Amino acid sequence: MGRLLLLGPGLLYLTVLFLLPIAAIVGISFLESNRFGQLRWEVTFASFERALDPLYLRVLATSVVIAGITTLLAVLIGYPTAWAIARLPPRWRLVVLILVVLPFWTNFLVRTYAWIVLLNTEGPISGVLQGVGLIESPLQLLYTPGAVIAGLLYAYLPLMILPLYVAIDRLDPELREAARDLGASRARVFLTVTLPMTLPGALVGAIFVFVPSLGNFVIPELLGGGKTVMIGNLIRDQFLKTRNWPLASVLALSILGILLVLLILQSRLSRRYAPVSHD
Amino acid sequence: MTESLSVAAERTGGGAGDEGTGAAMMPAGRRRWARPARWPMLVLAGVLVFLYTPIAVVVVMAFNETGSAYRWSGFSTRWFGELAADQVILGALGNTLVVAAGATALSIVLGTLLAIGLARYVRSGLLDAFALGPAVAPDIVMAMGLLTLYVTLGFSLGLHSVLLAHVVFGTALVTATVRARLGHLDPALEEASRDLGASALQTFWRITIPGVMPAIIAGGLLTFTLSLDEFVIAFFTDGPATPTLPIVIYSLVRFGITPEVNALGAILLLVSIVTVLVAQRLTGLGGRDADT
Repeated sequence: MGRLLLLGPGLLYLTVLFLLPIAAIVGISFLESNRFGQLRWEVTFASFERALDPLYLRVLATSVVIAGITTLLAVLIGYPTAWAIARLPPRWRLVVLILVVLPFWTNFLVRTYAWIVLLNTEGPISGVLQGVGLIESPLQLLYTPGAVIAGLLYAYLPLMILPLYVAIDRLDPELREAARDLGASRARVFLTVTLPMTLPGALVGAIFVFVPSLGNFVIPELLGGGKTVMIGNLIRDQFLKTRNWPLASVLALSILGILLVLLILQSRLSRRYAPVSHD
Repeated sequence: MTESLSVAAERTGGGAGDEGTGAAMMPAGRRRWARPARWPMLVLAGVLVFLYTPIAVVVVMAFNETGSAYRWSGFSTRWFGELAADQVILGALGNTLVVAAGATALSIVLGTLLAIGLARYVRSGLLDAFALGPAVAPDIVMAMGLLTLYVTLGFSLGLHSVLLAHVVFGTALVTATVRARLGHLDPALEEASRDLGASALQTFWRITIPGVMPAIIAGGLLTFTLSLDEFVIAFFTDGPATPTLPIVIYSLVRFGITPEVNALGAILLLVSIVTVLVAQRLTGLGGRDADT
């Protein structure tokens, strides 16, 4: 089989339907559109300048904060979870891993919808809180930034646990034993041996959680009730409703830029803290 | 902002603890050194409760007579009946199946060839990264870029445009699974086949393809499941006359709680579980289980 026959079709397809669309976004970001959404074919930085408007910057800041809190919670919850899975007997390990990943493969909209039910004023969480007397009147949990974070965490937590599990599973237990034998405390073993060696895995997980959280427009809409506007909502509205393609392109590029910076950071870190190879 | 979340996690943890207690009772890992810390097991149990409470809520509501999440009024399959009679949902299901099946078939061909080509001829990691890129690219960026391309080229929008868009991430997924499998295959098998007089094409069909078949099926199943559930790209690149199932679910969910969505969710859940379990069996994970 020739090289061309094997590589040709796939690379051609991805060039036309992956590379070209992204190139189109980059190209259009240097254009400007009029009130009716028509493009003016003249290179300009006007759309980049418009994106720096405090209104849009605030949306970007809100998105980064919300996606950041989600990612932080995912690390704090995901790390001990991955640790616990790695400590399970091998037979159970696979079962629990499948259990953790399974919700990720179920319909994203149905999962988000379940949270509308759970967080509703008449929902079970509010009901239980009233039952134990913690709150007096029904609690409005839905349509708050907290609800958006809960939804995002729910959607992407498995993507944090998986790479963390792989990183922890790969750790050589003898390294930690050696550190212990040489007199290091447990906290010190964790901070100087375990943490640095699992950091690349944590960063992969952080990228998997942070980037899709940033660009999500469904969860802010359904669980935030339109009160929490994130950059995904802005892109969707500018692109499909206002039809300001250049501005939407600049906003999309900001997400892509953040992704690229994080990927570079991750590859640098994993080279620096490359785990000892067993092969 | 974070308070309400931790409260939510705590409360769901206190409420329905069925799944959680099961996990907590598993023997904590036997470690050779120091005392095993117990609290990560509790976090794991909490995570399982967090992950499965919403799913349990959907399934319970699907079988509840009134469709309410708050009061059980008796077992009923009524909502499944109404679902089966809903022409809009059935039509959308048909559309989604067409897209998922077509995208999977095309992705399998493109992804398998690409993975074999990359493994045989390409040494640099750059093309690898390019082939796997669509799996990492944010869906909203892909959706926007694809619609921009379609509109610029004057391409009509409909199921075909969604299908072609889904092939982009499908190809990346199949390439990734097949590429991983090729790493475990013995290249001497292909050499032996050629030495014994088989042509390059015979070797490809009789040795290479059977060798990577489990990965092809696994990658195909994952593509199928993802395409079935994919919303953002479909929302951007679909035409108004042929909505896919996630687009219809989105329009239903936007207007509050709809009992039919519960029944639909329960069915989709079952489909996903079966698919993931089959894919799991076929990929290396099952084999690694036997090794350890």
